[in-house]
Amino acid sequence: MNKRDIENTLTVFKREFLAYFNSPVLYVIVVIFLLASQGFTFFFSRILDSDDVSLATRFFVWHPWIYTVLAPAVGMRLWSEEHRLGTIELLMTMPVSPWQAILGKFFAAAFVWAIGLGLTFTIAMTVGYLGDPDSGPIISGYVASYLYAMACLAVTSAISAFTRSQVVCFIISVAFCLVIALIGDPGITQAIVNAVPNGFEWLVRFVSYFSFMDHFFEMTKGIFVLRDVLYFVSVIAAALLVTDLGLRSKRA
Amino acid sequence: MIQVKNLRKEFGSKVAVDDVSFKVEKGEVLGFLGPNGAGKSTTMRMVTGYFRPTSGSVSLGGIDMLEEPEKAKQMLGYLPENAPLYSDMTVASFLGFCAELRGMHGAARSKAIDRVLDLCFLDNVRNQSVDTLSKGYRHRTCFAQSIIHDPEVLILDEPTDGLDPNQKHEVRGMIKRMGQNKAIIFSTHILEEVDAACSRAMIIDRGKVVADGTPEQLRKIVPGCNSLDEVFRSITRSEIAKKGE
Repeated sequence: MNKRDIENTLTVFKREFLAYFNSPVLYVIVVIFLLASQGFTFFFSRILDSDDVSLATRFFVWHPWIYTVLAPAVGMRLWSEEHRLGTIELLMTMPVSPWQAILGKFFAAAFVWAIGLGLTFTIAMTVGYLGDPDSGPIISGYVASYLYAMACLAVTSAISAFTRSQVVCFIISVAFCLVIALIGDPGITQAIVNAVPNGFEWLVRFVSYFSFMDHFFEMTKGIFVLRDVLYFVSVIAAALLVTDLGLRSKRA
Repeated sequence: MIQVKNLRKEFGSKVAVDDVSFKVEKGEVLGFLGPNGAGKSTTMRMVTGYFRPTSGSVSLGGIDMLEEPEKAKQMLGYLPENAPLYSDMTVASFLGFCAELRGMHGAARSKAIDRVLDLCFLDNVRNQSVDTLSKGYRHRTCFAQSIIHDPEVLILDEPTDGLDPNQKHEVRGMIKRMGQNKAIIFSTHILEEVDAACSRAMIIDRGKVVADGTPEQLRKIVPGCNSLDEVFRSITRSEIAKKGE
């Protein structure tokens, strides 16, 4: 990391974030996210009717499903728009390394989520007012939720590097995030285990091990384990590597 | 300044550029001519470091594009075909973004923006969104981006495409003036531009260089032809004829 790396990453970050800021996409997505996350908590989980104000089972539990749809909506423009406009040709012939551009763009989208997730602070205040919650699980829940969103975003970034169509990118990304969320569900895993021929159960269990869900729920319970954080960080790193591959393949 | 050696590019089994070598020195303006699909844009994309060559090498000012791409690209200004722009930005903010990626900040940045806005007659649209510009303005905005850091090497893919006659005249004059202390390559379909702006021209056909020389030399290649137009047709057609045999 030298000065030039940071400057270029920041320049790309700034441009990309302003692009979000100047388009309705940012506002629409943040508002939908707030409505969905609060709505599910109050109307489906009925947080006010129970004695239990644990955010893990009533608030964070919904996040993976919301991110499955909304993270691709934020990330789909990252590279496919560059391909569609042809500006990728400008960007890649500037003295900017692909990594500076990939990180700059990813951080811009990540910042959008930081705003969205940050604005849910009212729920933490609500449970603080109603009860006397432990701050540990709330903090680790927020970290888990943010990491989950980042993982979905990185996957979307990777897929957008391969296509010039935002719609194609969105659909494939949602499908991918959905599958990766579903394979971790114990009920679904069990159903598949029952369906596959004898001897292949280990394969199903092995695949389900890659789901984001286990790691996510471990963390929202307040068990802040480095292993789970590292899991998400490595998923993000791997997806950004694939982004680089995608950009290379387009220029080959 | 620009040195291209045995450049080759394959897309699958199709050979787009086949063993192209040339040099462009400072003070030279090289015109790239050739029918559509001849490999002009592909060659330029390899010179700018956008495409990776299948084999061969490109160096700008002695710096190898494949080994030190960021350093080589610092010397380069590039106007891609169709002049792509970020549609959500204003002209000035787009140019500012490009200036920053070229390492210009603060006062140097605003000075560079003012300079190219003036040079490319963009002053009256400086705060207009790129989305709302007409084709000529879009083109000039992208052109402004390519000269914002006053580069030593300038690669322009059809810089006069889509401009009105006045603007064409202006851009040609600009290329000729800048050519005095830069190495410039530009591609065109308009043969008068070769006389108007180039010190040298190259005709490319199906990935190969088929003629290279000053406009005067090119006119004499084919006996009986007086204009570049005739030479162009005769060379690129005879190649097609040869293939048919």
